[in-house]
Amino acid sequence: MASISGKPPFKETNRVIAKSETYASIDDTVNKPIEAAPTKTPLWWWIGFVMAAGLLGVYLVTITVLITRGIGIFGNNQPVAWGFPIINFVWWIGIGHAGTLISAALLLFRQPWRTSINRAAEAMTIFAVVCAGLYPILHLGRPWVFYWLAPYPNTFGLFPQFRSPLDWDLFAISTYASVSILFWYIGLVPDFATLRDRARNTFMQWFYALLSLGWNGSAKAWQRYMRAYLILAALSFPLVLSVHSTIAMDFAVGQLPGWNNTIMPPYFVAGAVFAGFAMVNILAIPLRKAFGLEKLITYRHIDNSSKLMLATGMIVVYGYAVELFMAWYSGVEFERYMAFNRVFGADHGWAFWLLIFCNLIAIQPLWSKRVRQNMTLVFIISIIVSVGMWLERYVIVVVTLTKDFLPGSWGDYVATFWDYSMYLGSFGLFFTLWFLFIRLLPSIATSEMKELQHHDSHHGSDYFEEQRAEEFSKKGLPV
Amino acid sequence: MSIDISKIRTKLASQQGKAYWRSLDELADTEEFRHFMAQEFPNHVAPLESTLNRRDFMKLLGASLALAGLTSCVRPVKSSEKIIPYVRAPEQIVPGKPLFFATAITQGGYGVGLLAESHQGRPTKVEGNPDHPASLGATDATTQATVLTLYDPDRSQETLKQGQSQNWSDFVADLQSAFANLANGEGLYILTENVTSPTLAQQLNELATEFPATKWHQYDVMHGDNAYRGAELAFGEAAHTLYDFSKADVIVSLDADFLGEGPNKVRYSKDFARRRKVLGEEDDMNRLYLFETSPGITSPVADHKLALSPAKIAAFASTLASELGLSAATLDTEHEEFIAALVEDLEAHRGSSLIIAGENQPAEVHALAHAMNAELGNVGTTVLYTEAVDANPMHHGESLAGLVEAMQAGDVKALLIVGGNPVYNAPADLKFAEALGNVPFSAHLSLYFDETSTLTTWHIPQTHYLETWSDARAFDGTVSISQPLIAPFYGGKSAHEFLAAALGESEASSYEIVRQYWQNQVSGNFDGFWQQAVYKGAIDGTAAPRKELSLNENLPSLNVAEEAMVLNFKFDPNIQDGQHANNGWLQEIPKPITKIVWDNAAYVSLKDAENLKLSNGDLIQLSATEDLSITAPVWVLPGQAEGAITLSLGFGRSGAGKVGNSVGVNAYPLRMSENPWNTSVSVSKAGARHKLVTTQYHHDYEGTTERRHIFRHGTLAEFHAHPEHPEFVHPVEHHESDLYDVFEYDSYAWGMVIDMNVCTGCNACVTACQAENNIPIVGKHQVEVGREMHWIRVDTYYGGDPDNPEFYMQPVPCMHCEQAPCEPVCPVGATVHDTEGLNVMVYNRCVGTRYCSNNCPYKVRRYNFLQFAELTTNATELSLVHNPDVTVRSRGVMEKCSYCVQRIQQAYITSENEGRQIADGEVVTACQGACPMEAIVFGDINNPDSAVAKTKASKLNYALLEELNTRPRTTYLAKLTNPNSALAGEESGVHS
Repeated sequence: MASISGKPPFKETNRVIAKSETYASIDDTVNKPIEAAPTKTPLWWWIGFVMAAGLLGVYLVTITVLITRGIGIFGNNQPVAWGFPIINFVWWIGIGHAGTLISAALLLFRQPWRTSINRAAEAMTIFAVVCAGLYPILHLGRPWVFYWLAPYPNTFGLFPQFRSPLDWDLFAISTYASVSILFWYIGLVPDFATLRDRARNTFMQWFYALLSLGWNGSAKAWQRYMRAYLILAALSFPLVLSVHSTIAMDFAVGQLPGWNNTIMPPYFVAGAVFAGFAMVNILAIPLRKAFGLEKLITYRHIDNSSKLMLATGMIVVYGYAVELFMAWYSGVEFERYMAFNRVFGADHGWAFWLLIFCNLIAIQPLWSKRVRQNMTLVFIISIIVSVGMWLERYVIVVVTLTKDFLPGSWGDYVATFWDYSMYLGSFGLFFTLWFLFIRLLPSIATSEMKELQHHDSHHGSDYFEEQRAEEFSKKGLPV
Repeated sequence: MSIDISKIRTKLASQQGKAYWRSLDELADTEEFRHFMAQEFPNHVAPLESTLNRRDFMKLLGASLALAGLTSCVRPVKSSEKIIPYVRAPEQIVPGKPLFFATAITQGGYGVGLLAESHQGRPTKVEGNPDHPASLGATDATTQATVLTLYDPDRSQETLKQGQSQNWSDFVADLQSAFANLANGEGLYILTENVTSPTLAQQLNELATEFPATKWHQYDVMHGDNAYRGAELAFGEAAHTLYDFSKADVIVSLDADFLGEGPNKVRYSKDFARRRKVLGEEDDMNRLYLFETSPGITSPVADHKLALSPAKIAAFASTLASELGLSAATLDTEHEEFIAALVEDLEAHRGSSLIIAGENQPAEVHALAHAMNAELGNVGTTVLYTEAVDANPMHHGESLAGLVEAMQAGDVKALLIVGGNPVYNAPADLKFAEALGNVPFSAHLSLYFDETSTLTTWHIPQTHYLETWSDARAFDGTVSISQPLIAPFYGGKSAHEFLAAALGESEASSYEIVRQYWQNQVSGNFDGFWQQAVYKGAIDGTAAPRKELSLNENLPSLNVAEEAMVLNFKFDPNIQDGQHANNGWLQEIPKPITKIVWDNAAYVSLKDAENLKLSNGDLIQLSATEDLSITAPVWVLPGQAEGAITLSLGFGRSGAGKVGNSVGVNAYPLRMSENPWNTSVSVSKAGARHKLVTTQYHHDYEGTTERRHIFRHGTLAEFHAHPEHPEFVHPVEHHESDLYDVFEYDSYAWGMVIDMNVCTGCNACVTACQAENNIPIVGKHQVEVGREMHWIRVDTYYGGDPDNPEFYMQPVPCMHCEQAPCEPVCPVGATVHDTEGLNVMVYNRCVGTRYCSNNCPYKVRRYNFLQFAELTTNATELSLVHNPDVTVRSRGVMEKCSYCVQRIQQAYITSENEGRQIADGEVVTACQGACPMEAIVFGDINNPDSAVAKTKASKLNYALLEELNTRPRTTYLAKLTNPNSALAGEESGVHS
């Protein structure tokens, strides 16, 4: 197994899969780290896992304090009744979107480059949805009755109020979570079977046998599997658009200046994909290094996801421009002042300019192929984008609420220790799940990779691949 | 295992105060009781956030059971003392139905009539007594909060001798042995606050008869010494002055905050406001010229206003007097035009003008005011002189100085201090505390074990005014007999009982003493008289008779010394002289204009702040002499006079209690007997800073606030010019449009109008709402992070010249929008609309998403971010002040103004029982009832004859943020000013 640092034993490539790969090499590369005995677990995994679990501890402590003392431990107030929890909720849910886009949308569009990163991206989606979904529950004044938002028969004779976007949220998030988990699991079944077959001790055999649901690799099984996978992909594809649109409605339905904009849903979706691809880069770049997956997750993948990041990033920036223009064009004092306050406000103007730096200026180098081929730079830009997207939600949630209609009730917002600890803690939850995932489950879809390898070696590269290789080699980039 | 309720009742009924709680405690801790409670209240589990331990929790449960179920057996007052309900006495107490009893509170010694609301023997709220001349049905913020003081667990609960717990009988024995050494009462001194109570005066006279050498001194920090001396200067004798604002067309106030200070402020507010009510073109307004050092409660209703230092106001007064033809010096040369216009206006309103001087002004200015009123023919119409109302009129500052002299000389052998807190509030140069060390025997009767109590030999806990019988005279002399609502909650003695002990009748009760006094006064049917007097709360025909006075030939000459910087003292608008410092409601009310809570601050003018490079929160050192200084935080206040720093009294206490100790800065150490309201100081920056917390950060009217058209205002002349369509009321045409059909309200449709023309921002509504609706206080830190809970707030904006701005006061309760933005966004339907147009909160259903609050354009929703209500404190007695008709909200739940829905329901029940409609005026919201300016009108807008419908028909009526199509039920009347046309421009302090 490769170490994180040092030169990789492989030659980097811009193909979707390195030329030298075989069925066996794919199986070995992906599965060997999983099959290793617990004592053989690499040190970097333990370090990462312990750190993540430590943060998870912070998260649990925060939740305990929150439930015992109340929402007042956060910085929320009147007029800023929503603060960090909602910012973080929107941020996490946005991150999940790239996963769904990669696994479902790109599958339907027959983009073979998605194959090696879809498993990890889906896992990222699910963990992000877990992190996101907990926030709206925990930010409630009385989280123990969160289920009152669900339509269920009860002795109160009461039903939820379906005009509220918060109720739409409940359905959006629960649908998203269930479809994502199902899609992810279906994709894992053939890989579980591979692991079962490779397992050398009874426990592992049983463990993976149970997970693989009796997969026998017959043509019939494959045929049905492929059909189910496509149907689920078709089901999840609209979610890429609908989930974040619904979240955007939380704001757009409100009548506050700065929230009540029809542009919110598309602009939120673009922002979500933008943040999601940034997170894919943040996770995939260290992962391919650490597990030696450079031949499977190649420069091609990172390059493509960076392009998508650049494209969606520019859509988001266009959204900012439209918002500001519409505020001026409306002639409404409330809207105009809101725009002014976001940009030049003494209290929070910094957030807007920092956001412009992160989401507009920092992504501009991605126009250059050389930058997209530089893993360190892409990693740094991706982190900046993640920060930028968090700031965007900060501006939308907090800065909007500080100054609304009546100047007499304007206020300010200062996050507390617990706001930060809950945010950091949710990283603990995310990364604990992430480290368990990369250690216990195949982080690359081996069955799909083998299919790709088959296609690549038996049907040859197409014309465009050749052209691309020629062009790359001229520039001295990996082919 | 069973529990005998009747036994408990007997046991509890026989005990009071501490003993009552102790036995409850024992009771609550028995196995049987716990079993009984578990059977009776199976769902009663300890809340998660509770910091109570099991024992405390059981105690609380026990208390709630005992108080809820057994109170009918624990009589509020001794059975031999009959108290009489104001409203027709029911045959028996109906559970859930409050009773109202007339009683009276004293302010500066003068009685203000109240109706106290009692729920099964537990007073929860006070309203003004409409039959009392000092109230006419309204109250002020401070009075509203006094019910909380009744239950304050910090109140003194034990008789103490030098800190040791003793019995009343021990005190009486000690007192008698001290008296035994005093031949004829030689060396016996009595210090009281201002006494108007006929009974107390009689007792003091008896004491003087029994011990002829007794000396009676009075010191009441709220007593108008300058007014007293001013009358002496003007007339050569003491005079009691009353003003009739209902007859005044033009009013000149020389630093008199007559709507915000003094025992008659509520009555003056009523009279003044009724002369400013404008609905249509036929209505006219009075005109107020206000000269003030620091903006007070009267400021927002001034038509012309100048911010001047106290010396400059005095100079102005002298010049005005000279221009009016009196022999006074022309000392002011800066305001020639202004004075000329003012003189013209006054001349044109001879007999209907009024010049009033404030306590901040020296006696000479008061004398000048008397002379000017006489010159203008106002005496007998707007200015009335009566016989003395005080039992013993005197200059209190001098009286106290005399006492201190005697104490220092060692003449005082025994000193009885009846109420008051002279160690804290005596002028600093008298060194009262030091002199008290020379007194061998001293006793202090007070509500709290305060600064004075710690230095006296004996401390006797005093009864709250809702716990005792007494009597008092109002500012016009009208006598009220005040009755108790509850037996002394923590034990204690009244002033009458305390003095009776000195007279050797240590077991006499206040009831007997007061009743005995009146029995001697009344001939004929005493029972009938008593019944009527107690029931009504005011005795007719007891007003002080008018007095004819003649002015001295020579007016006193005025010495105006220009000082670089003067420190000007004012009573705090909430906690007054400091006696209410331990009242959390009053500490948390945002002060008018500045909106500061839980602190006092040195108000500095913009120009002085610029010169001294000061900003809000900077600590400054104010030094009267080299070794006498205090450090206070700065608040830069528009409208504060240049050359004067104003610091309110009442803060920085050490003996107030857990709530009031160490809050703010004590200003008394710089207050001197020579000139008690102004001290010349030097100012230097102390370097450090202090966090001052306010509830409103943005006050500027100019700019975006003005463009939002939220506060609409114009002049009376503008309104008269276009009475059908005053442009300032509707600067932008608004067209209502709805996608859906508008709901028809076919029964009642509740609505409210707030007349901003008369709102002073005095906060009476805020406190009344707090008392009525069980609104918790949250503390300074929670206010700092923006979590105050008041359901109604008064937004304040500063318009015009920043050095002399106009103050715009806008009370904002829930608007009860017909298209309420809060309703569609609640995912669980916890806030919904009822068929009468109320936007109601279902606390039990609320899960706390707070989306409703975000979406409320008026930001009137309040959220329980933590467990703010008294569940987690150990001070469980405080929760007894809760109104049982209103839910106490738990943590995590949204709340807001309900239009006092419990009062609407009460009216509903009554009217349905009687088979009729609810009459107009039958439902009075808490804010409306308290408002001394009658600025709030509430009722059924479906009834075209209702006051609210008629008010809404005014062309001055407008809805806040109407362009949002929320269709608010609460609307506003635009503010009008009535400036003198000869005084257009910057000097007016008012712009249109």
